[in-house]
Amino acid sequence: MKSTKIPLHRNPKLRSFALQASLLLLVAHALFSVYQTTVSNLEARGIKTSTSFFDEVAPFKVGYSPFLEFKLGETTYIEVFFIGVLNTLLVAVLGILAATFLGFFIGVMRTSQNWLASKCALFYVETFRNMPLLLQIMFWNFAIFLAFLPPPKQSIEMGLFFLNSRGLHTPIPVIQNHLLSTIWFGFIFASFVGAFVFATWSKKRFESTGKSLPVFLISVSFIIAVSYISFVILGSPLGIDIPVLGKFNFKGGGQLPLPLFSLWFALTIYTSAFIAENVRAGISSISKGQVEAARSIGLTRAQMVKMIILPQALRVVIPPTISQYLNLTKNSSLAIAVGFEEVVAVWANISLNQTGQALIIIAMTIVFYECCSLFTSFILNIYNKRVQITER
Amino acid sequence: MADSTLKFKKLPDRDPPENTIGWIAWIRDNLFSSTTNTLTTLIFVYLFYLYIPPFIEWAIINANISGTDRSVCDANKSGACWTFIKVRLEQLLFGLYFASNPEQIWRPIVAFSVFGMLIVPLVIDKTPYKKWLLLALLMLYPVLFICIVYGGVFGIPVSDTGQWGGLLLTFALSFVGIIVALPLGILLALGRRSEMPIVKMMSVTYIEFWRGTPLITILFMASVMLPLFFPSGVDFDKVVRAMIGITLFQSAYTAEAVRGGLQAIDKGQNEASMALGMGYWRRTILIILPQALKISIPSIVNTFIALFKDTSLVSIIGLLDLLKMAQNSSRSLDWNGYDIEGYLFAGFVFWIFCYGMSSYSQKLERKLDTDRRVE
Repeated sequence: MKSTKIPLHRNPKLRSFALQASLLLLVAHALFSVYQTTVSNLEARGIKTSTSFFDEVAPFKVGYSPFLEFKLGETTYIEVFFIGVLNTLLVAVLGILAATFLGFFIGVMRTSQNWLASKCALFYVETFRNMPLLLQIMFWNFAIFLAFLPPPKQSIEMGLFFLNSRGLHTPIPVIQNHLLSTIWFGFIFASFVGAFVFATWSKKRFESTGKSLPVFLISVSFIIAVSYISFVILGSPLGIDIPVLGKFNFKGGGQLPLPLFSLWFALTIYTSAFIAENVRAGISSISKGQVEAARSIGLTRAQMVKMIILPQALRVVIPPTISQYLNLTKNSSLAIAVGFEEVVAVWANISLNQTGQALIIIAMTIVFYECCSLFTSFILNIYNKRVQITER
Repeated sequence: MADSTLKFKKLPDRDPPENTIGWIAWIRDNLFSSTTNTLTTLIFVYLFYLYIPPFIEWAIINANISGTDRSVCDANKSGACWTFIKVRLEQLLFGLYFASNPEQIWRPIVAFSVFGMLIVPLVIDKTPYKKWLLLALLMLYPVLFICIVYGGVFGIPVSDTGQWGGLLLTFALSFVGIIVALPLGILLALGRRSEMPIVKMMSVTYIEFWRGTPLITILFMASVMLPLFFPSGVDFDKVVRAMIGITLFQSAYTAEAVRGGLQAIDKGQNEASMALGMGYWRRTILIILPQALKISIPSIVNTFIALFKDTSLVSIIGLLDLLKMAQNSSRSLDWNGYDIEGYLFAGFVFWIFCYGMSSYSQKLERKLDTDRRVE
């Protein structure tokens, strides 16, 4: 028998190896030469790429840093970086909380039986989703809030919150007794553990006997009761610092300066439009047969929502919503347009202009955002593994 | 006999009951079907009553449109100042250069009209020769755009990219981003699905790197660091730097959209074409990509929308795109204080384009998806 030998240049293994090796060499060479050119270009401009500027004192003022203390003339560049990172995380957390509530509300409204409500939600989604976020941030900040919010003396009062042209003043909790408040947090933690144990037990009981309990209601009232009673017994270890109107401005309490407030406002509205769309898609992804089957086996409406609709809808809603959270975090970098001091503004812009250390500064900014992104995909992977439908 | 009298005679259909048809029934079903429903309706009607009439009064009834300077608007503060937009319209749409050279203004107008003439038949279902139109849009149109808007040929004076502005710049940035990123994105998506580990790893790294970073950081990087990447002497102007940054960024997103389409293709397609003895590129180009791209059009269009909105970020690195133009105009001495009108106009222009694209992609999605769903 005549064996046909494959010629060397047609051997798939060899070809794939050669291709990959040459690609790797090419990319490595390109990256390396870009790195070298950059370093030598920087040196030609009198900038030696090194991290020694971290410990130099930053010669500019960072106005808002609620977590780390900023002192002009003492705070170093690396501390400015951390202030920026914390400010980014602050606006991200505030935005995520607000956008989730608003987004779910609008999304449910979108699927409402009421024609007006549904069309209003549609209008909201289509309006805010289809305009650039930067434009919205600038619109709210410059055209609306700066132009129309009253001065501190005539602040808009919303309970313990005060809104004026300087920003939003909020009450904040203050620790009055360290030991007692730690004990109180311990109590709250313990009540959560108790609720969790109870939920596990009742699920087991439901699976073996078929008897169900209103788990959510019992757990929530248990946690509230425990935290309230222990709070009273421990003699109020936490106080509230309420902002009070002074001669020119508010004193005490927490403050969201106007740039932060407008940024938060715009991010919330923009992101909630996307989350609302996810929620709508989740609800309408459930096929009619599921609802009909649930009705035909005699589930009540509450049971159907809890056991049939929600688990399936959330499977569709949660992954894109988590991506929206990441988008919100990345979008908070637009703060630079209104002058809120987050990481891109104080680090990738001001510090870069001051020191000229482009390579290190941009790399650190990118690494920070990459960490956020990796963290998000980590969470997503865990979630996807948990809810994956186990097929044959 | 009686059989002739027993013949079945069809009576005419009776009309449906009065209360189940017509607008009264519709209102009853959609607005007042239950107590909560009625309450919701009333709340919304009240909210409309509170906010809509004043807005219409401001935006239309009391609005100013006559005149050519701010005196008209200053005299009547109760309405919007559309005079501002009217006077600055050419700047907002075509940038400072074309607005200040009226004899050149036909250039961007022709460029936009040709684009319109190509894109309108493309979105209509029954147009023949769609492939050729698409090819003309992707291949010939960029050449035409450069010839007419940039100039330098046929005796058309050169308008440097640095002089572009307004909607024209927004359009140019997103168009370049879209058409250059598309082939790059397809290659990256194929790389990510490749069986060669190094190719796969590189594609994944590239895609995740750009997707993890905010565009504004990339634009800073493009405007500050791009000149550093090249030996001294090589330099691009600001607009080209932004275009490079935007294209790299967009290619990662396009790649993910295309990957979605690739994943949806049945394995059998690939195996069958292998069995026919086709090589990798023939398989990919003739069998896989035509199917995958068709499925991924809606998500590719969605990345276009995101990009079109994101081009507004170039205003932060100092380019005069539509948003920056609107902001600058409403801060200029002539029109200081009319921010709302400026932002609303820019927002409306962005909105028209994005809404158009998103309706198109939703229409396509509905066409591709035929499942029965809960309303």
